[in-house]
Amino acid sequence: MNAIMKSRLVWPASALILLILVNTIARPQFIKITVRDGELYGALIDILRNSAPLMLVALGMTIVIATRGIDLSVGAIMAVSGAVALTIIDGSGDPGNLATVLIAVVVALLVSLVLGAWNGLLVSVFGIQPIIATLVLMLAGRGVALLITGGFITTVNSEPFSFIATGYLVALPFAFLISIAAIVAISVIERRTALGVLTEAVGINPEASRLAGVRSRGIIWSAYAVSGVLAGLAGVVYASNIRAADANAAGLFIELYAILAVVLGGTSLNGGKFSLAGTVIGVLIIQTLESTILFLGVPSAQSPVFFAIVVVVVVVAQSSRLRSDLTKLFRRTGAAPAPAQDREKAEVAS
Amino acid sequence: MTATTLDRPVRTQEKPSMLKTFLSRNGSMMPTFAAILILILLFAGAEAFLRGDFITPRNISALLLDNAYLLVLAVGMTFVILTGGIDLSVGSVMAFTGILGARMLAEGAPVAVTVPTMLLGGAAIGLLIGILVQYFGVQPFIASLAGLFLGRGLAYIVSLSSIKVEEPAILWLQSTRMSFGGWYITPTGIIALSAVAIAAFVLHLTRFGRTIYAVGGNEQSARLMGLKVGRVKIAAYTISGFCAGLAGLILTAYSGAGYPRNGIGTELDAIAAVVIGGTLLIGGRGYVLGSMVGVFVYGTIKTIISFMGAEQSWMQIIVGALLLLFIVVQRAIVARSDGRR
Repeated sequence: MNAIMKSRLVWPASALILLILVNTIARPQFIKITVRDGELYGALIDILRNSAPLMLVALGMTIVIATRGIDLSVGAIMAVSGAVALTIIDGSGDPGNLATVLIAVVVALLVSLVLGAWNGLLVSVFGIQPIIATLVLMLAGRGVALLITGGFITTVNSEPFSFIATGYLVALPFAFLISIAAIVAISVIERRTALGVLTEAVGINPEASRLAGVRSRGIIWSAYAVSGVLAGLAGVVYASNIRAADANAAGLFIELYAILAVVLGGTSLNGGKFSLAGTVIGVLIIQTLESTILFLGVPSAQSPVFFAIVVVVVVVAQSSRLRSDLTKLFRRTGAAPAPAQDREKAEVAS
Repeated sequence: MTATTLDRPVRTQEKPSMLKTFLSRNGSMMPTFAAILILILLFAGAEAFLRGDFITPRNISALLLDNAYLLVLAVGMTFVILTGGIDLSVGSVMAFTGILGARMLAEGAPVAVTVPTMLLGGAAIGLLIGILVQYFGVQPFIASLAGLFLGRGLAYIVSLSSIKVEEPAILWLQSTRMSFGGWYITPTGIIALSAVAIAAFVLHLTRFGRTIYAVGGNEQSARLMGLKVGRVKIAAYTISGFCAGLAGLILTAYSGAGYPRNGIGTELDAIAAVVIGGTLLIGGRGYVLGSMVGVFVYGTIKTIISFMGAEQSWMQIIVGALLLLFIVVQRAIVARSDGRR
């Protein structure tokens, strides 16, 4: 029990459970999952399906933030990737052909990889501040996407392509399976190899880790490249969902929501320790909150106010000032010091 | 030995050393000079390509008029960036105050109430961001992100669609043209230019301004020197919020309406203009006049693109490329001055 309470995931997880409870009480059909033709349907399944683009972007963002960076360009990369994929499919003679769609997706991901590597080059080799380095692509990327689509919203009717976002495989939405695959892949690479620890080392103290022999340049570079590829995949899923490449709307503000998801999940923006599970929970909180706001009948345009409140509550709850004030309050009643020492010990031990 | 033979080696040494002294003393001004140079090159290039149709009093007056709101935003942003922070909220705060003003006027509130409400509304959001940054140790990026969401959401709560402004006092700000020869200026332009003048005065000639530079240069040292770091940082965000409110007023007058979708991404334009104008994002170095040059560079590119009839997408690409160029230049300058230390 104590171990559970100490985990950094307690707060985000309980927030998510609370949200789901509130929704279930307000509308009992929220929790209901129906099976139709061997496929699962329901509000919860919708949340899992719709969260795929944000999930992909937020996973990449977690790695970048762990290196003490930030990637503002993910939305623009999504737009470029969607534009590339749809332009290829649209230009081919046979949009329904599976091979065409595969080629389009692979090319889109390669372009995203190049864009991510470009960010990584600016940050790790030229030493430019991550916010600014990725701001360049954030500004220019949408322009590139507009150029690719010729300023129009390219639409296609391609069965295999729309399968990516709306199809089902083994009873689950394919988009959800994509995000599961990404979560598993990233977790295995980061947590079953030394890469995760090295990434944290670079984020906690770049200079010390360099002196300790960690190749921080390569680690930072690869973090941005991974973030680029995941954003590209998110762009493909997004474009597949609306069956169109909209260079202006694709991934708009997604960088902000992704950063919010990472922060909600307990990963500090100062870099270092990161929690992939936390990010997953953060994404689900955001998606559930959005579904809740929609259910309340609030126009979706007004939803940012709720997110502003969430951001403020979360960051204030995480702030050391509030904690020290609370600790003082507890000390007066004679409770808090012991757990605080425990935590220090635990951190030393780990 | 005559004096002339002595003079010669001395003089040859002095010339480069004078240049060097100037460069090292004014190293932080170099990016701003570079921005001015680029602005001149842009003008010259446009003049050459467009067969002398570009540099006309009319065009240059329009440059100020069309970018007055951006200029005001960039002034506020300069304060925040000089303290080493960043303010992402200005675009949506501008939209919020604009639509708030339009709604109030439509409901029959007098101008004397509406305009102060707009300005104070912007300042209040800025104050909130400042408090989050200073007292709760929230990163400026995240705190102002909350401000961005708040402003955008509030704008939509005030109204989901655009509201036309028919109040003559607001429209007067835009429609009045004081012309001398071919040149003209509107009250909005005068507001923007006086914002620059006041900001330059405050930053360079007051204790508050010097504290801003000190905080941006090294916050720890500033605190140890006994400067009121917290108060100054909160003030910087409040000023930025106030400027966003003022920009909302200018934009409402300029477009004759409030619209909740205004200013999406404008915060990035403002940041880009400030950076192009030579203010370093790590804080402590930069000039508000540089930001003005940055806004003009931005506006000139926009005008040239619309003159050439090119697609608007090129605008984003060119501004991105220009931003990159300036960051690399700044990076080199910072690396050089750090090496000297």
